[in-house]
Amino acid sequence: MKRKLVVLLGLALCLFVALGASAKTYTIGFAQTGGNEGAWRDAETASVNAAAKDMGINLKFVDGQEKQEVQIAALRSFIAQGVDGILLAPVVATGWDEVLQECKQANIPVVLLDRGIQTSDDSLYVCKITSDFVQEGKRVGEWLSKKMGGKATIAELEGTPGADPAIMRQKGFAEGIASYPGMKIVLSQTGNFNAADGKQVMEAFLKANSRINAVFAQNDDMAMGAIQAIQEAGKRPGKDIVVVSIDGTRPAFEAMAKGTLNAVCECNPLLGKIGFETLIGAINGQTYPKWVIQTDGLYEASQAKAALPTRKY
Amino acid sequence: MKASKFKRFMSQGNVGKLMWSVLALALLLVFNALFTPVIFNMKIMDGHLFGSLIDILNRATPVMLMGIGMTLVIATGGIDISVGSVSAVSGSFTTVLLVVYGLPLAYCIVVGLAVATFLGFWNGFLVARVGVQPIVATLIMLALARGIATLFAGGQTILFSNRAYEFIANGFLFGLPFPITIVAVVFVGTALLTRKTALGLFVESVGCNPVASRYSGINVRSIKWAVYVFTAFCAGMAGLINTSNIKVADVTRSGEGLELDAILAVVIGGTSLDGGKFSLAGTIIGALVMQTLTTTILTRGMPVEFTRVIKALVVVLIILIQSESFRKRMRNLVWRKAHEVAS
Repeated sequence: MKRKLVVLLGLALCLFVALGASAKTYTIGFAQTGGNEGAWRDAETASVNAAAKDMGINLKFVDGQEKQEVQIAALRSFIAQGVDGILLAPVVATGWDEVLQECKQANIPVVLLDRGIQTSDDSLYVCKITSDFVQEGKRVGEWLSKKMGGKATIAELEGTPGADPAIMRQKGFAEGIASYPGMKIVLSQTGNFNAADGKQVMEAFLKANSRINAVFAQNDDMAMGAIQAIQEAGKRPGKDIVVVSIDGTRPAFEAMAKGTLNAVCECNPLLGKIGFETLIGAINGQTYPKWVIQTDGLYEASQAKAALPTRKY
Repeated sequence: MKASKFKRFMSQGNVGKLMWSVLALALLLVFNALFTPVIFNMKIMDGHLFGSLIDILNRATPVMLMGIGMTLVIATGGIDISVGSVSAVSGSFTTVLLVVYGLPLAYCIVVGLAVATFLGFWNGFLVARVGVQPIVATLIMLALARGIATLFAGGQTILFSNRAYEFIANGFLFGLPFPITIVAVVFVGTALLTRKTALGLFVESVGCNPVASRYSGINVRSIKWAVYVFTAFCAGMAGLINTSNIKVADVTRSGEGLELDAILAVVIGGTSLDGGKFSLAGTIIGALVMQTLTTTILTRGMPVEFTRVIKALVVVLIILIQSESFRKRMRNLVWRKAHEVAS
């Protein structure tokens, strides 16, 4: 009896896979973190939508509201709807094993977009397509060290606590300034990757320590807030206090053109096309390295004006 | 001897609830005077005051505005958890009309506030007319208002550059940030309206016993309805301040979680969630306590991992001190200990 059931299930599964492979339009679920991190994430969502349109993909989009439980519920509903594949931008790094196990059992490949996860079983997902956050932090750290001549009093604006880019960029930045003992981070707090908190934190920092002459913001939105706080404190951002950040959104390039932001390491959000291509490859049995790296460039203020017209986000 | 004197002082009924929130604020400031004296630095820059204390006042204004409305809602025995989302709506409408449609600012602000106020009208309708539980009615609005704000902005964060609009949060009047003036006007207006007319009494009466209020001729429905409309209006103004502050309508993020801060400000201010008596001044102090805590944490540069826990611990302490029965128990404990030592 039991064996019969297994055979039947197996047959059904084969049929399902065969149907999935032969079907022309793929149905793909995308669980976004929640579009709550400003321009960068908006650009990523737009890129996924545009790529879905171009490639004739039936896209099911769920806004995760910055909550893991919402994303987990989204994944379960994707399984229930029988999607062909899932793109996941995980809001936090841990706690995904159980739901990914369910995806695996349902034979639905999962590609991680723009962030990685920590899991004991790498076979639970196809691969992650991200920038190398550590590298981004490191490049910014090295650039700042050279700019400041190896000596600076630095304030750091951290991202959402526990988020992958926040942890990695912090680590990378620390590596970048490690060989310069004069580079000291005196204050570090979370600005939750948004401008309002970035402004409030910087406002308090400037009063706590008047010697701060460099700011490392882990994303552009916080840098925009920090620049305003610096101006309101009667100092010149970009001159009295050197500001560097990561992401490379359009407002950041505009700020660089104005001279209020000194350098930014790009973190390319246009992941839609490569995300779908990888996912469809995986559906058809192709294998990928666990980490598909997006290459990012570092831009200085002097390059901003020239680069501005070509920026897509 | 000493213990009994202390006991008598503490049990005197006229020790106002307000005293405890003022005490909490004072304790925080004393802590800072000892360990973070930099917070008291103040100077005059470009003709206005500049310092951490001013920041505290300024950053607390959105929660103060929401808190003033929330105090009245809670006094009627209700609650409004939609204020954060509703605040995003006014920011979204005002900014989109200004930037995308190029309408005059005054018109944009009026429409932004009107839309937010209308959402309060809907909340009031559900609570007072249909009889939906306040937390359910406003929970619906918490999601709906965020959706409306996001939809109207097309899911985008919208940057703007407009001197007058930026003035709302970044301007100065009488040497102080302009939002403080806004709060002062709303506070004085609300206090006059509730204390110099019978309106405040009606609100308290509805919160204490709606049935008895109705029998004594108070229009319970209208009172309940009105407080939700007023709260949404306050939230709308808070939204304008938040948006003006960063010169961006961050529709998905703006005002997020502020409903909890507003409720906490009311509670720390000594207004009971059971409804009835309320204290507007208490709410203002409550908002100041919360913001002082935040600014202290930021200025001291405490590790990120601890900040929320520290906040929670301080709030629990404040609320415990306010509780009559907790104080009684502690008094008895101290009294007994004192006796044991004496004998």
